[in-house]
Amino acid sequence: MVRDVAFGQYFSEKSVIHRLDPRAKILLLIAYLVIIFCTFNYFSLLIVTIFTVLMIMLSGVSPKFYFKSLKVIIFIVIITSVLNLFYGTGEPLWQWGVLKITLNGINRAVFVTVRIVCLIIASSCLTFTTSPTELTDAIERLMKPLNKIHFPVHEIAMMMSLALRFVPTLLEETDKIMAAQKARGADMDSGNLIARAKALIPILIPLFVSAFRRAYDIATAMECRCYRGGSGRTKMKSIHMSMRDAVAFVLTALMILGVILCNLFITAVI
Amino acid sequence: MSSILELKNLSFIYGIKTPFEKKAVDNVSLSINKGEFIGIIGHTGSGKSTLIQMLNGLIKPTEGQVLFNGEDIWQNPKDIRKIRFKVGMVFQYPEYQLFEETVYKDIAFGPTNMGKTVQETDAAVKKAAEFTGLNFNLLQKSPFDLSGGEKRRAAIAGVIAMDPEVLVLDEPTAGLDPVGREVLLSQIVQYHKKRKNTVILVSHSMEDIARVADKIIVMSKSRLVMFDKTREVFSRGRELEKIGLRVPQITKIMLELKECGYDLPSSVLTVDEAFSALSSLLKKEGKIW
Repeated sequence: MVRDVAFGQYFSEKSVIHRLDPRAKILLLIAYLVIIFCTFNYFSLLIVTIFTVLMIMLSGVSPKFYFKSLKVIIFIVIITSVLNLFYGTGEPLWQWGVLKITLNGINRAVFVTVRIVCLIIASSCLTFTTSPTELTDAIERLMKPLNKIHFPVHEIAMMMSLALRFVPTLLEETDKIMAAQKARGADMDSGNLIARAKALIPILIPLFVSAFRRAYDIATAMECRCYRGGSGRTKMKSIHMSMRDAVAFVLTALMILGVILCNLFITAVI
Repeated sequence: MSSILELKNLSFIYGIKTPFEKKAVDNVSLSINKGEFIGIIGHTGSGKSTLIQMLNGLIKPTEGQVLFNGEDIWQNPKDIRKIRFKVGMVFQYPEYQLFEETVYKDIAFGPTNMGKTVQETDAAVKKAAEFTGLNFNLLQKSPFDLSGGEKRRAAIAGVIAMDPEVLVLDEPTAGLDPVGREVLLSQIVQYHKKRKNTVILVSHSMEDIARVADKIIVMSKSRLVMFDKTREVFSRGRELEKIGLRVPQITKIMLELKECGYDLPSSVLTVDEAFSALSSLLKKEGKIW
């Protein structure tokens, strides 16, 4: 079911990437995402690909799970690459009516496929190796400067971590409610669109009711422990940059430099 | 007596072909007769919940068969919904499944899904409300305005209203106060007596099970370890303790007295039985007259 999706899961391991500072991981991911869209020839694409493979190997998570997370977007990849295939400019290699394939089109298709695949792998790498708590912690720290313009950074981060915390709970709850309604003969797999939408009511209403109940419960529990928002709050686990993070920054910088040099000295193919 | 439900080499594996693969039910075979009151006991995670969900086809067994009145329920997967009307299932904390505007409509959800007419549904709702001791003036209220105990009754009525041949209840008394537990349990017993239907009750309270069940299914680590008459099962108190289960307190006291050398029966289920056993022993020894 919904739970089979590997994308966004966290694997508790002890690899180098797991032990990187989550802030560093987020910043490096952003830099990486920018640079994969700045690859204009096969050499720069190769550098990015090698870097990605290295990342998979260092993450300590089996490549199987990366493939699994790719499964979700396989259709997007196919559709965009087929579209790009026919949108190239230049001399057609093959033509049928308005459809024509050019060398430029093939290049575009390859680039868009590799870029999307790398994008998903890198994002998966972040979520596979960083626990939701670390992730929200890092986002809170990174957004801290926004406090100066009275942006409620802590509150947003708290909401994010609460929301993430309740995803599995609500999934489980949905399963339970579905089973209970099915036991009373609810039919969710047949009928037209309207009938199917109506069949969701017996599931959605109890789900909302329980989500509200849980929200009140957790609010009370937080108040009982004197939660008053972010001001003056300290962290149990404070995050620190270390030598390891410096190495990661340097490696990424080298990769970016490589891509830029390739772009400067080798002609672009798209 | 003819068997209404028969399980043949039933197994179920969760998350098959993933790192989280887990055998929840392992090769269970048993047969339940019409009209019996069956208790299921077992530790949390022993496979009870998975087992009962296979009885009405909510989960498809990985291996083995479930026979209802002699027919495999998965023979025609499209007709699986019909089995769910015949094997009624009340889940843990069933009040969380209420969703309609009024209690009446919520109880009518099952019968309506069965395709009953308005009159038939009306009769079924009233009868179910009566069985669960739900006051008729509550029927037009919103289910969310009821008290916890009333919600529980309304939800159970929603299953009983389908008039199932087998009623499965997963810890129906969990989270209720002692009086509420007592009343609900005796209503289930009344329902069993009046309708002569098969009832399967999952419970962590050995006292409750000892009082109401004819036979007990004991599950441990995904396997069926015992399936016998209540008295036989509880006379094996030491074995039950080994798999982390208890026997009723009174049974335990009597077992220990017996182990001290007193001539007492090995499976006493209720305080009344214990009283008569002890007084006859004392009489025999001339301590009282």
